Amino acid sequence: MEVLLREQNNGVLTLTLNRPEAINALTTEMLRELSKALKEAAAPEVRVVVLRGAGRGFCSGQDLREFEGQRISYKNHLRNYRSVVEGLAGLEKPVIAAIHGAAAGAGLSLALACDLRIASTDAVLTTGFSRIGLIPDAGMNYHLPRMVGYAKAFELEVLSERLKAEEALALGLVNRVVPAESFAEEVARLAGELALGPTKTYGLIKRALRRSAGASLEEMLEYEALLQEVAGRTEDHQEGVLAFYEKRPPRFQGR
Amino acid sequence: MYENILVEIHGAVGLVRLNRPKQLNALNSATLRELATAIVAFEQDAAIGAIVITGNERAFAAGADIAEFQQTSLAELMKGLRADQYEVLRKVRKPLVAAVSGFAYGGGCELAMLCDLIVASDTAKFAQPEINLGIIPGGGGTQRLTRQVGKYLAMEVILAGRVLSAWEALQHGLVNRVVPVELYLEEALELAQTLAERAPLAARLAKDAVLRAQDMSLEHGLGLERSNFLVAFGSEDKQEGTTAFLEKRKPQWKGR
Repeated sequence: MEVLLREQNNGVLTLTLNRPEAINALTTEMLRELSKALKEAAAPEVRVVVLRGAGRGFCSGQDLREFEGQRISYKNHLRNYRSVVEGLAGLEKPVIAAIHGAAAGAGLSLALACDLRIASTDAVLTTGFSRIGLIPDAGMNYHLPRMVGYAKAFELEVLSERLKAEEALALGLVNRVVPAESFAEEVARLAGELALGPTKTYGLIKRALRRSAGASLEEMLEYEALLQEVAGRTEDHQEGVLAFYEKRPPRFQGR
Repeated sequence: MYENILVEIHGAVGLVRLNRPKQLNALNSATLRELATAIVAFEQDAAIGAIVITGNERAFAAGADIAEFQQTSLAELMKGLRADQYEVLRKVRKPLVAAVSGFAYGGGCELAMLCDLIVASDTAKFAQPEINLGIIPGGGGTQRLTRQVGKYLAMEVILAGRVLSAWEALQHGLVNRVVPVELYLEEALELAQTLAERAPLAARLAKDAVLRAQDMSLEHGLGLERSNFLVAFGSEDKQEGTTAFLEKRKPQWKGR
């Protein structure tokens, strides 16, 4: 059975974590597949990526059974995660985490490394790690405080309470919450909308926002001006301006 | 005329593109020879005020040509032809700008560091991985990297094979600017054009003084600067520069 399903449809690449019997607990094989898929997603026909889970939930985190009875080096194993997280962060197009059911531990870390999170009303988010005496990894200590601030990040990482979708929304951890019954349609609608957008420009926006975490205002103003120079030369910018004057919706090609 | 490089002129800027894309612009002897020849030609061309060296988006230059190294005997290498090309580049008096994107590994990193300014794309990567081949950097890597980033980081790059991202390189003072990959060559050319519009004699004297600062005690360096300053002060361009400033107009440099 394939542990990661890939489906490409009208510019939307859907990556489905596919170990439903274990709520998609992450194995080394899955992480490698995911990393590979994210590299392939750089292809121009992909304009948006959706990351979701098969079955009852999004992802329950690292599969602890993978290491049962072994002494493993977490440091070495985390290289597999690093490559996935860098893949999500470095892919210059929108990546949506579609969260239904559980998003726990490293599963939550991966969701936080995406650009947008859309949650079903049945979603439950939890950091998990500290309950087994580990610290959050796979980039959670980077992404979480940037979304909710240090104080809340500390609370979430240390107490590891289960957050319902609405609570996660109030904290800014997810972008929107939609009813479980219409979840799949809403995800498809959002992805479809983004897939018709100016993809190159979205990628430049992502590059700018990612850079901003380590830059001063002066550096950002300079870098931003250069990125705008790049955006200003895209076909989509021309089309956008033309459509504006012609009072019609733009038809973006993603370049 | 050249097989491994492309040569272009943009305004007052001479551009050399390393052009062995399949080999990620690995610097074999032929390429180094052509590079040195092209740059000497620009050096002698009075219409050129600055020179840009670049590769392509994927690789500035991914080191020496390993296959060629494998076949080269010590006796052959000791003829010094390879080292001679680097010396030619080192003695260039016009400002050299490296426009780096992708891999600048080994000889590529050394070539970039031999330039006077480095514009890096946000995808640039710098490394000195020679130790993996049982050798060490031989084009100035141990000396220039250490002077630039300090002993400890240089040791890690040269002994452990650490790769520096563009942003890390910026943080450690190894590059002047990091710009979007889409614009790195344009930005480098624009910077070079600015340099090319400076008074040529003064630019040459300034480059000389800055480069030699790294080799000298402050005492000697200040003495050298004073000499270079006096030469610049006695030039026609100094007369023109100060007059144009007072007359609020653009100076017309003569280069003497």
